[in-house]
Amino acid sequence: MAKSEAEVARVYGGPAGWISVAIPAAIFVWMLQYMGAVAAGQPVLVGIDWVPSMDIRLSVLIDGLSLTFALLISGIGTLVTLYSTKYLGNHPEYPRFVLFLMLFMVGMLGLVLSDNLIALFVFWEITTISSYLLIGFSSDEAKSRRSALQALLVTGTGGLAFLAGIILLGNVAGSFELSEVLGQGDVIRAHPLYPAILILFLAGAFTKSAQFPFHFWLPNAMAAPTPVSAYLHSATMVKGGVYLMARMNPALGGTDAWFWALVIAGGFTTVFASVLAIRQTDIKQVLAYTTLMALGALTLFIGAGTAAAITGMMAFLVVHSLYKAALFLMIGIVDHETGTRDVDTLRGLGRKMPLTFLGGAIAALSMAGIPPLVGFIGKEFLYKAGLDMDRATLWITGTIFAASALMFVAAGISVLRPFTGKLAQTPQTPHEGPWAMWIGPLLLGSLSLGFGLFPDTLEAWFVAPGTWAVYGDYGYAVDLYLFREVNAAFLLSLATFATGAVLYAIHRPLRGWLGRVFEANPIKFDPGWDRVLDGLKALAGWQTRLLQSGVLQRYIFTVFLTLAVGIGATIWAKDAMDFRIDWVGSVEGLQFKHWAVVVFVTAGAILTAITTSRMTAIAALGVVGIGVALIFIIFSAPDVAITQLLVEVLVVVLVAVAMLKLPQLGLARDRKRRPVHAALAGTIGVLVTMVMIGVVQGNIDRRLTDFFEVASWPEAYGRNIVNVILVDFRAIDTFGEIAVVVIAALAAYALLRGTRYDRNGDKPEDRT
Amino acid sequence: MELLIAIMVGVLVAASVYLMLARNVLRFLFGLILISNAANLVIFASGRLTPQSPPLIPEGADAPVELVANALPQALVLTAIVIGFGLFAFALTLVYRTYQNLGTLNSDEMRLAEPVEAKAEARK
Repeated sequence: MAKSEAEVARVYGGPAGWISVAIPAAIFVWMLQYMGAVAAGQPVLVGIDWVPSMDIRLSVLIDGLSLTFALLISGIGTLVTLYSTKYLGNHPEYPRFVLFLMLFMVGMLGLVLSDNLIALFVFWEITTISSYLLIGFSSDEAKSRRSALQALLVTGTGGLAFLAGIILLGNVAGSFELSEVLGQGDVIRAHPLYPAILILFLAGAFTKSAQFPFHFWLPNAMAAPTPVSAYLHSATMVKGGVYLMARMNPALGGTDAWFWALVIAGGFTTVFASVLAIRQTDIKQVLAYTTLMALGALTLFIGAGTAAAITGMMAFLVVHSLYKAALFLMIGIVDHETGTRDVDTLRGLGRKMPLTFLGGAIAALSMAGIPPLVGFIGKEFLYKAGLDMDRATLWITGTIFAASALMFVAAGISVLRPFTGKLAQTPQTPHEGPWAMWIGPLLLGSLSLGFGLFPDTLEAWFVAPGTWAVYGDYGYAVDLYLFREVNAAFLLSLATFATGAVLYAIHRPLRGWLGRVFEANPIKFDPGWDRVLDGLKALAGWQTRLLQSGVLQRYIFTVFLTLAVGIGATIWAKDAMDFRIDWVGSVEGLQFKHWAVVVFVTAGAILTAITTSRMTAIAALGVVGIGVALIFIIFSAPDVAITQLLVEVLVVVLVAVAMLKLPQLGLARDRKRRPVHAALAGTIGVLVTMVMIGVVQGNIDRRLTDFFEVASWPEAYGRNIVNVILVDFRAIDTFGEIAVVVIAALAAYALLRGTRYDRNGDKPEDRT
Repeated sequence: MELLIAIMVGVLVAASVYLMLARNVLRFLFGLILISNAANLVIFASGRLTPQSPPLIPEGADAPVELVANALPQALVLTAIVIGFGLFAFALTLVYRTYQNLGTLNSDEMRLAEPVEAKAEARK
């Protein structure tokens, strides 16, 4: 079936293809209508109740931050789905791919637009799950499956922490609505639970956005098809964590803990990732590590938290999405048309693939931060914000300087080398890709150029409204420009270019040297991950073998031990035995019959426990049963006593009949464990006695009994109250009881009549 | 008397737990009978013990004239006795069939579902 489908030539992936392009395009156009209100500084808030009993609303908050994200998601989504119609359109599983991609898009849009934190979490998990499905799209490859599971476990664990954080935050702020929570920053930051909330939220954000030390899953996630890498693991999903931090900035930000956590983790990720990017030979991996670098930088500047830093963050967010998506799409075309992504193999593709080269080149120039592209603006404003910091100035500026210089090198590696020079031999003869593929990089490249030349548009549409939302101050005046004067930031840019150019010139020996350095480094995260998983499995195996030994005796021992510890601990913790017991009063007025029956039952029980003879045991059980019936008679329960007697006779008869076919009791092999068993049994006996003494010493609630006594005759016309309860007031219970007995009888009948098996569990042929 | 019953129930429970911990499933079964008796006594005695006044309404009266025994635990215990018997009868049949098929009453030797060899292999 799948094969014949694959043979059908599909135009742009068939209906699945063009529908998948139309949906994000329609959403993009739809979202544009909110631009006016948002750019004017008026967030839109609409919603309906979803689960009102739990204070969960399906509400939408459209402000500068969420609209920027929504437009990036739907806009890049349109280009990526269009691209996929050609990249994967003939893949037999293409419709499945489209389904996952659409699922992701819904999740991502919901994540950035939700005003309710619980709803946000649900969408957050949808992106995690769809990311898992998309990374593992080539499910027949072990590497894909491993990468997918790794991403799922890392981000899923972070997601659980995030959920716990949401619940704490909801309790502290008294609402799950972001629009209300964000206004209570002072209350939240002063609350004793603030550190816990912060840690839990950051655990979610850092795993999602692959911040050090959770960075290792993202490069592995590049096992996904390239459109997925471009979309999820560069432009949108991995920015979910960044979105969360930016979104929560008014509520959680501004403290020292927030500042240092984000600045240190973000800064370290930035430098670490950009160094690793230079080390790669697979261009897609180069881009993966530069994405990590960008995520680190965004985290760093959210942490820095000044208005200038937030402005730089918002500008860089848009800038990065534009050029990185374009570069991913570009390398996808190269891979598709030449069959390789190896930086040492690819040379001189420019003449064969001019339009791809054009789109990629503009994006690369933007990544290198060269004017007049928008990447220059992004870098300038990061420098400016870094230099304006009143603390950690050197760390932040230095981090960005190192990262920008290395970005310059990475841009050269991913575009300059493959497209220029003399054409080299590749697995497939290179030629230009179809328009549906090169339109993406070209359009995104044009936007990089357009926003660079017209920074006011970028400012008015995205950066200013976004900054207001993240910084929480709608009065702050954002001012983006390409070039105004020669200042420190501009000089830093020039130094960046010079450093970058030098590094690019020596990048091949540098790569070899870095390779040796990282080889020698004993701390490796990816193999470490495997060891963590192995350890987890070993732990699970160990505790399963411990608890699930397969030996009935041990199970029962565990159950009773748990019971003993549970009751004992409760009595101890609640100090429940804190009363005087009136021993003398309780035995006063007791007659011979009382003592006799108690002695009978006790002796019968002990005898049953210690005897090795079956007949003695049956007789002793009979004594206990008759003794209990006598207690019922003495204490005014004739109906119960009759039933008890009947049942007791039946039990003894049944056991006696069964004995004819059963062997003697053997005890010899239990001897070693008997003292332990006796100790546990004795403990439970004492505990039950204590609980019961506690019960009879307390007050009794007779309300139900009083009701039955008064209601029996007037309402049910019965003078035997116990009978009336059974057949009238609680008739359904009695019916259930009868059903239990019938089911037991049927099951016993089936057991007695069923097929016989021999000791090995085989069905003997010759028996009937 | 309630205190005395409490101590007696303690002995009953101890004896039944001891029996249920045995490897011989017949002894387990004896423990099961004892523990259901013990449970019934706990419920019964928790409703307080009243001698010589069963919960009946005399002719001509709408409700008991003087204090009568607590009817509610009696009704509960009645149900429990019957259900306990159903459980016991089924368990006894199970023991009987197990012995017929496996030839043993030792629970350690009943390893059809979780054979010892398979476990040893899983450990590797």
